[in-house]
Amino acid sequence: MELYSLTVHELKELLHKREVSAQEVTKSYLERIKEVEPKVDALVTITEEFALERAKVADEMIKKGEAKDLTGIPVIIKDNISTEGIRTTCSSKMLENYIPPYNATVVERLLNEGVVILGKSNLDEFAMGSSTENSAFKITKNPWDLSRVPGGSSGGSAVAVAADEAAFALGSDTGGSIRQPASLCGVVGMKPTYGLVSRYGLVAFASSLDQIGPFTKDVTDCAIVLNAIAGHDPLDSTSVKIEKPDYTSYLKEDIKGFRIGVAKEFFGAGIEEGVKETVEKAIKVFEDLGAEIIDISIPYVEYALPAYYIIASAEASSNLARYDGIRYGHIAKNYEDLVDMYMTSRSEGFGKEVKRRIMLGTYALSSGYYDAYYKKALKVRTLIKNDFERAFEKCDVIVGPTSPTVAFKIGERTNDPLAMYLADIYTVSVNIAGLPAISIPCGLSEGLPVGLQIIGKHFDEGRILNVAYAFEKAYKFDAKPQAIGGER
Amino acid sequence: MKYEAVIGLEVHAELLTDSKIFCGCSTKFGSEPNTQVCPVCLGLPGTLPVLNKKVVEYAVRAGLALNCTIANFSKMDRKNYFYPDLPKAYQISQYDLPLCSNGYIEIEVEGGTKRIGIKRIHIEEDAGKLLHEGTDGSLVDYNRAGVPLIEIVSEPDISTPEEAYQYLVKLKSILEYTEVSDCKMQEGSLRVDTNVSVRPVGTTDLGTKIELKNLNSFKAVQKALEYEIKRQIKVLEEGGTIVQETRRWNEAKGITEPMRTKEEAHDYRYFPEPDLVPIIVTEEWKEEIRKTLPEMPDAKRERFITQYGLPEYDAKVITSSKKMADFFEKCASNYHSPKIVSNWLMGEFARLLNDTGREIDEVPITPDMLIELLKLVDDNVISGSIAKTVFEEMFFTGKNPQIIVEEKGLRQIADEGELRRIVRKVIEENPKSVEDYKKGKEKALGFLVGQVMKETKGKANPQLTNQLLREELSK
Repeated sequence: MELYSLTVHELKELLHKREVSAQEVTKSYLERIKEVEPKVDALVTITEEFALERAKVADEMIKKGEAKDLTGIPVIIKDNISTEGIRTTCSSKMLENYIPPYNATVVERLLNEGVVILGKSNLDEFAMGSSTENSAFKITKNPWDLSRVPGGSSGGSAVAVAADEAAFALGSDTGGSIRQPASLCGVVGMKPTYGLVSRYGLVAFASSLDQIGPFTKDVTDCAIVLNAIAGHDPLDSTSVKIEKPDYTSYLKEDIKGFRIGVAKEFFGAGIEEGVKETVEKAIKVFEDLGAEIIDISIPYVEYALPAYYIIASAEASSNLARYDGIRYGHIAKNYEDLVDMYMTSRSEGFGKEVKRRIMLGTYALSSGYYDAYYKKALKVRTLIKNDFERAFEKCDVIVGPTSPTVAFKIGERTNDPLAMYLADIYTVSVNIAGLPAISIPCGLSEGLPVGLQIIGKHFDEGRILNVAYAFEKAYKFDAKPQAIGGER
Repeated sequence: MKYEAVIGLEVHAELLTDSKIFCGCSTKFGSEPNTQVCPVCLGLPGTLPVLNKKVVEYAVRAGLALNCTIANFSKMDRKNYFYPDLPKAYQISQYDLPLCSNGYIEIEVEGGTKRIGIKRIHIEEDAGKLLHEGTDGSLVDYNRAGVPLIEIVSEPDISTPEEAYQYLVKLKSILEYTEVSDCKMQEGSLRVDTNVSVRPVGTTDLGTKIELKNLNSFKAVQKALEYEIKRQIKVLEEGGTIVQETRRWNEAKGITEPMRTKEEAHDYRYFPEPDLVPIIVTEEWKEEIRKTLPEMPDAKRERFITQYGLPEYDAKVITSSKKMADFFEKCASNYHSPKIVSNWLMGEFARLLNDTGREIDEVPITPDMLIELLKLVDDNVISGSIAKTVFEEMFFTGKNPQIIVEEKGLRQIADEGELRRIVRKVIEENPKSVEDYKKGKEKALGFLVGQVMKETKGKANPQLTNQLLREELSK
């Protein structure tokens, strides 16, 4: 058993008992990255020197008896989360050479815990996409089948964990960008309640939907990382002041009497038969564990995808306006006047999908169209929120597939944006309603992982973790991606 | 046909908070470029705004002083446009739910007062400043980016350029009184835009309105409006139509010039700012803020009339500026004649402030120093005219009046012997005037007094000089 294949809680035990040092752990991961990175292309930046420095700091903390849960644990951060002194590119040519002068709150919190940052992971440019093919730098490959996508937009972070390049990773989820790649790569990924984790330092895509969350190898690790990153931040007005529980206290196998909702809308047209069967088997597992399965309906969820693409694009058109080449980022070499400078810099700096969404969002907010698009989308948002509220009167959590399909082939959907957008059909409604949800592996279909999505009430992450943990214990998912090799 | 004008004013005032609206950076004016900036006000990727509570408090204070309704629920919105001085390429402002609305100001017009409605007051962030130096492009200073502003929008209740001027004077005075803004136009902490249309007297439909920009003083507003109203009437009388546009006031030429037309106008694509939560002003908070409101100019004017016996005109001039009123009150409470104090404030002091373009708190004279000067006159140490010289010296150097009098030897000559000697000399040297006086020409006495003053460089005690001249001439 190699160090890099261990979970966070396993590593923690070894480190706290001083059976291994953080430097040994770090070196093991750096070796692993050298071995598999050429195959998967998950990382934009590898911070070897900084990692070794941090490992020393971690070993000092352990030596002094100041070790915390994540001290000495190697992590990879999605490259749209600001890291002081480390390039933060958003996988965009626009920010190729942008080095932030400050840390995101989550990064600051992790560094205080004593983590070791190994690098920054690839994503769809500015988190816009569902396959990580929209990166300006590289296409990340799924470790289960290198000809397939890892999902997106946090594809790099999902692969980093699936391929053991890091013990855990951070991603961001605006419409499914953590859960969908977690599902396609066979790892655990959580999108917390909107407002639970600070967005300060997360390069904004859609401010009212974005949320940072963890990728981990199991549910226990998810609870540990959530403990470290959750909680009110005075720098983010939308972060909520709540009493934060110890999420590991919810890791219990007993879910007897829990009411588990199953919505027919999450098994609609477009779902692959293999995915459907795998998820239905998973639901059986809950039944076997003594939970009550309840049929529910979320009728307006069919409008979630269009509403999402209007709201997210509208906010994005404004959020991405600051990339004008004046203070940082890409600037055109030749231009005639100010307007030409803006147009040329932005035309050169942004990729196709980003431009598509900026145009879509600008249109939706334009005078004369605002009421028909943006305002209507906000009304749909309210209806969907109400739907979920009603559903949660009947059940404690809602389960279903995370993605309608398993990982698809690279290039398969790049020329059909609508087909690509359908990858998020089961995940966007959760962001629209601001709810927490997790994706955990629940089996294979055609040799590829299938993810089970568990959605909870606002700030009910504890309940989700409880259900997920019980499932994980009852259904041992121990398949490993075979396309990358290495001692596991 | 007779025409009348319909005028509306939009005033931007910088709030006097210590820190910016969405971050902790200082708002101090005049620092080295880009020294008061941070990731938030530079709009770096990933940063978020956090609303400064003081900004809401100051805006509510202004709203209450301007008789507004304070919204218990309001929100911030994004106003999207590209410009190099706007770091995020959107300004965080308020669109459909402003903090304050429905207020008014009362101004004095012929035959009474007129109420000018205030449509709304909202809070927003200021942009940076472009500096065009040399030919190698422009520079941007972001120190001002994120400085809090209130925008005060009047109803189109203003009918003449003079009313517009009166409105601005009154508004400035109220904002100064409430200490929400220092209203320094030369530092850009107060900026005025106006829009104006004309229509035939007796009609109620509004004409096409023109927005005027680049107005650097209240007088410029008045002059630009006067010009613009005449221009619009001329166009209509010649059978033309007014095209909706923004025009710029050219101070040097005294005319307005086209700047941009309606077609070039922005679509700001306002939408609710998702990074901020709604602003809730509870009834309790509002009342707490109301308690901090100082006495307003109109109330203070009435009090100055009754308490200090000032003529209405003096009271109005003195109370138009809170700083002036405070200065007056400190002097008047320690001096026997408030009217003499008001004469000084409205006379010498106002003249020097006007000439130097300074504010009363920017010069080194304190109320105590002025009282000391007045007492020197009362005690016959110096004459009233010498006092003006001393005051000017105090104004520029901040020296104590007593010291100036000693240093410059300005003490009045009240020694009878010395003065009698000078009087005799003057009589000797001016036989013609002496003759005239003796023939009954009283005027000649004035000339002789003048000669004594000339001889003593103004230091002769005037009463004593008169008395001695008469004595000597009657000999």
